[in-house]
Amino acid sequence: MSLVDHLPILIIIIPLIAAPLCVLFDSAKASWLLALAACISSFIGSIKLLNTITLSGPISYSLGGWQPPWGIEYRLDLLSIILLLLLTSIASLVVLFARYSVEQEISKNRIVPFYATLLLAIAGLSGICISGDVFNLFVFLEISSIASYTLISLGKDRRALNAAFKYLVMGTIGATFILIGIGFLYMQTGTLNMQDLSERLPSLYDNRTIRAGFAFLTVGVCLKLALFPLHLWLPNAYAYAPSVVSAFLAATATKVAVYMLLRFLLTVFDFNFSLNTMPLDVILIALGSVAIVSSSLVAIFQVNLKRLLAYSSIAQLGYISLSIGLASKLGIASAIIHLFNHALMKGALFLALGAMIYKVGGAELKHCQGMLKRMPLTSLAIIIGGLSLIGIPGTAGFISKWSMINASLEAGLWPLALLILFGSLLAIIYVWKMVEAITLQPSTSTATAPLTRDEAPLTMLVPIWALVIANIYYGINTELTVSLAQRAANILVGGY
Amino acid sequence: MELSITLMLALLIVPLAVALTLPFFNSSPNLREAVTLLGSIVLLICAAMFYQTIDFENPPQLILAIPLPNYPILFSPDPLGIMFSLLVSTLWPITSLYAIGYMRQHKELNQTRFYCFFALSIAVTQAIALSGNMLTLFIFYEMLTLATFPLVTHAGSKQAKQAGRLYLGILMGTSIMFLLLATIWSANIAGTLAFQADGIFPADTDPLLLNILLLLFVFGTAKAALMPFHRWLPAAMVAPVPVSALLHAVAVVKAGVFTLLKVAIYLFGIDNISLLPAADFLAYLAGFTIVAASLIALKQDNIKARLAYSTIGQLSYIILGTMLATSSSIMGSSMHIVTHAFGKITLFFCAGAILLATHKTRVSELNGIGKQIPITLCCFTLAALSTIGLPPFAGMWSKWWLVQGTIESGQLILTASLLISSLLNLIYLLEIPLRAFFFQQSTTALTFKEPLSPHLLAIGTTTLLCLLLFLTPDPVYHLINLIDKGL
Amino acid sequence: MSNVAGLFNYWVVIFLMMAGFFVVISQGNLVKKIIGLSLFQASAFILYISIGHVSGGEVPIYVEGSNLYSNPLPHVLILTAIVVSVSTTAVGLAIIIRIKETYNTVEEDEIQVIDNRKDDEDEPVVVEEKHSSEYKEDRS
Repeated sequence: MSLVDHLPILIIIIPLIAAPLCVLFDSAKASWLLALAACISSFIGSIKLLNTITLSGPISYSLGGWQPPWGIEYRLDLLSIILLLLLTSIASLVVLFARYSVEQEISKNRIVPFYATLLLAIAGLSGICISGDVFNLFVFLEISSIASYTLISLGKDRRALNAAFKYLVMGTIGATFILIGIGFLYMQTGTLNMQDLSERLPSLYDNRTIRAGFAFLTVGVCLKLALFPLHLWLPNAYAYAPSVVSAFLAATATKVAVYMLLRFLLTVFDFNFSLNTMPLDVILIALGSVAIVSSSLVAIFQVNLKRLLAYSSIAQLGYISLSIGLASKLGIASAIIHLFNHALMKGALFLALGAMIYKVGGAELKHCQGMLKRMPLTSLAIIIGGLSLIGIPGTAGFISKWSMINASLEAGLWPLALLILFGSLLAIIYVWKMVEAITLQPSTSTATAPLTRDEAPLTMLVPIWALVIANIYYGINTELTVSLAQRAANILVGGY
Repeated sequence: MELSITLMLALLIVPLAVALTLPFFNSSPNLREAVTLLGSIVLLICAAMFYQTIDFENPPQLILAIPLPNYPILFSPDPLGIMFSLLVSTLWPITSLYAIGYMRQHKELNQTRFYCFFALSIAVTQAIALSGNMLTLFIFYEMLTLATFPLVTHAGSKQAKQAGRLYLGILMGTSIMFLLLATIWSANIAGTLAFQADGIFPADTDPLLLNILLLLFVFGTAKAALMPFHRWLPAAMVAPVPVSALLHAVAVVKAGVFTLLKVAIYLFGIDNISLLPAADFLAYLAGFTIVAASLIALKQDNIKARLAYSTIGQLSYIILGTMLATSSSIMGSSMHIVTHAFGKITLFFCAGAILLATHKTRVSELNGIGKQIPITLCCFTLAALSTIGLPPFAGMWSKWWLVQGTIESGQLILTASLLISSLLNLIYLLEIPLRAFFFQQSTTALTFKEPLSPHLLAIGTTTLLCLLLFLTPDPVYHLINLIDKGL
Repeated sequence: MSNVAGLFNYWVVIFLMMAGFFVVISQGNLVKKIIGLSLFQASAFILYISIGHVSGGEVPIYVEGSNLYSNPLPHVLILTAIVVSVSTTAVGLAIIIRIKETYNTVEEDEIQVIDNRKDDEDEPVVVEEKHSSEYKEDRS
């Protein structure tokens, strides 16, 4: 077996080993380089895996050489690799960005542990995407969650502590629900392997224990996914976490939670049971709709831009769950498309805000004054990211909106199409609030903020603009997103 | 590559290239304006050559990208698109000439940004004109809103900011809420968005759905300023005069009605659209808008606001003709895009010239200024006559066909609305030269102050074009006849 | 009746779960919340261990002559889950310590009051590094 055959495990192992190495080196710069190297090699690995999977179908890897039903199986199909690609690419960009931002926002003696924790979070999240074993998935979930609690608590603002604690409580409850759900499934089937479960479960669909397990799993995952009304932990956590962490979590953590939802609903259980027999489709549509409208409305009134984006994230997750609730191939595909595109836009926006915090010292509306003159590239990134969030044609957001509306019209639910569009209208308002503050507010001539050009360093601009360009690229060329998402949806809906 | 494809690409790239190179000439205004002027002239030459070389039987097709399976970003012009593209290409050099004179004399700030976004707007308008399917049209329709937004808020004042909000809110709000929905819905029903001569919808489509779609399309295209979504146009008048003249009297608003014509002719099909009750409703709404806008215009004291309401009324002429969908009314509508453009741009140019020479923006202040700026006011009068639709000016032809269209379809109320509005046009437009030439000013006599300047040259050119188009409307007829043939 | 008694373990699970959940929701004291959370997690452990039991089964060690074992896998699984639970509790308590350092209280409502007061001033409150020197020593 060559090294390439071990790629599925390597992608997890590399960051996992890099984490303690960071602590051993005990130097901020060394650990930054190490983290960067780890993320980039994971990224390269996942590109390689993508090639293999698109050519020859899903990869199965038996951990430690134990054959699947007994040992833990790692299994990569199209959906996993889409998520993995997203995760590793964003992680690389975020780590590249992190260097100066972290130096400023996190006290010196915590920088090394910060990188170590970030790497643990990355390892945990990649593990979730790769694992084909439900209990193993739970363990990875907890690794990533505990790491994120710590990361959030490192925020400069002391409210970050409270936010981290709240997230810890709600996250742990969610994870325990998942644990209980897994227990119920194990009780009836005697297996933890997803393949085995999907084979054994159909005959047990009328079983009450299985149905209870299904409910526990769904609620637990929805807590992690911040589905309305289980979203209360999210706004503060994103608003007060260090900028790097906000960007990383917003772009990846909730997306991986959506992945878990899809995995449980469509692979472990099957499409018919999850979305037709169980009333989950109606629930997802209803909660998604409420999330879109209510969170967008709340976002309009935010002064802190990070908080504004956090509420917008809840709304976007509403779009995703609504699309899943449509219970059609197109719906699932558009959920996957939006999952990918939303990660790109939120990543770009949160990173741009991070650059703004680095230079201006805050991300509230009043800090935006004169931004366009002071940091033109960052401002432009915020504007383009915002346009993508609205769904202006030519950006990735448009593709998402198009496919979601198309899916809801195809399902014959035109009021949902209207609702999605109404959500975009609200997005125009809150995005334009940012854009207007950046472009039109004349800078007050305070002595503290001279109006010279003062752009963020290159290691910040590169990741921001990489994501911005990705936003435009995936708005024009959708070879990767749309066709892969459709294929993935076909596989998920049509059975494994 | 075929010559026509190269030229079509040039139509898109030339203004874009101008927009992208302008920021490098920030420090030398002369060079910057030379580049704009040069670019605009090159564009005009390209557009003329394109018109000469194009084969309408077999139009060039250019796929830029395929963002969604089956729905490419496709450029493939039809006669209507060529007409629109030619119109904008003709007016850009003239407006650039005007802008150079105006912006310098008016000492506007951030002129590089102004020229840059101006060129960008032209590029986007060309893309709209050349678009070969509804997705492409929608994409650039939306981009035009964004490209013109910095021009509307150019002054950066509080008023400009509020106008910008209204502008963006109405244009983008309606286009996302209605136009996008209509586009996706059509794609969902028909499986294609390509413009086809007899429409794309299958014959068994539910008529109720078609009615709803038509309403969504028309209300979604707020750039056509059909009431009740017209408020953005007067608000946009805070922009500098060249913007109001080329963009808010020609490019942006005409992009709106152009979209409607495209939708009516190539998505619904002329034969089908007249069968829909929604079309009748919209024709009457347009008739109402025509009269109401003229009445409001009568009450406006600010010259630009008066012209803006006049534009709203004139746009509804085109919507009315489109919705009646008879052969003469479509002809009138298509033609009105061109004829109104020349008239209205001259009127705006003159309004700007009045502002420059006398610093007056209100109609009530114009008493007796005719002696100061006679040339400007003469041109204003001639352009006003064209806009009203009197011979010997271009405006007559389009109005003729529109009136004939209403009579053909037996909608005499609409005929009446057209005639009443012409009368109102006469009153509110001619009030300006009347006051200027025949009313006495209370203060002492003023001197002639109308030196020959670039902007005066521009005014003269567009006035001449109004006259010329009355005498030789052949190129326009040629293109419009091609539309009628279903090409 | 036998059914109720036979499901004794599950009754305990439900009771612990509800008790833990109730504590998490009702208590304003952050430490008590963590205790409630641990209780909540513990209920899941008992659930797992209970389902591993096989009636009449023996200890899962190979003994001559017996064929019926309890299922060892849930025990193994739950060992992992316990580790997870312990780490969560540790992180939770660590955060509480820092909250205590910065807010000087561990009562949720008092923290809320302090935060709201700071909200009015509209300035982010930077965490003071009181114990940074101690922290450095710990690490070295």
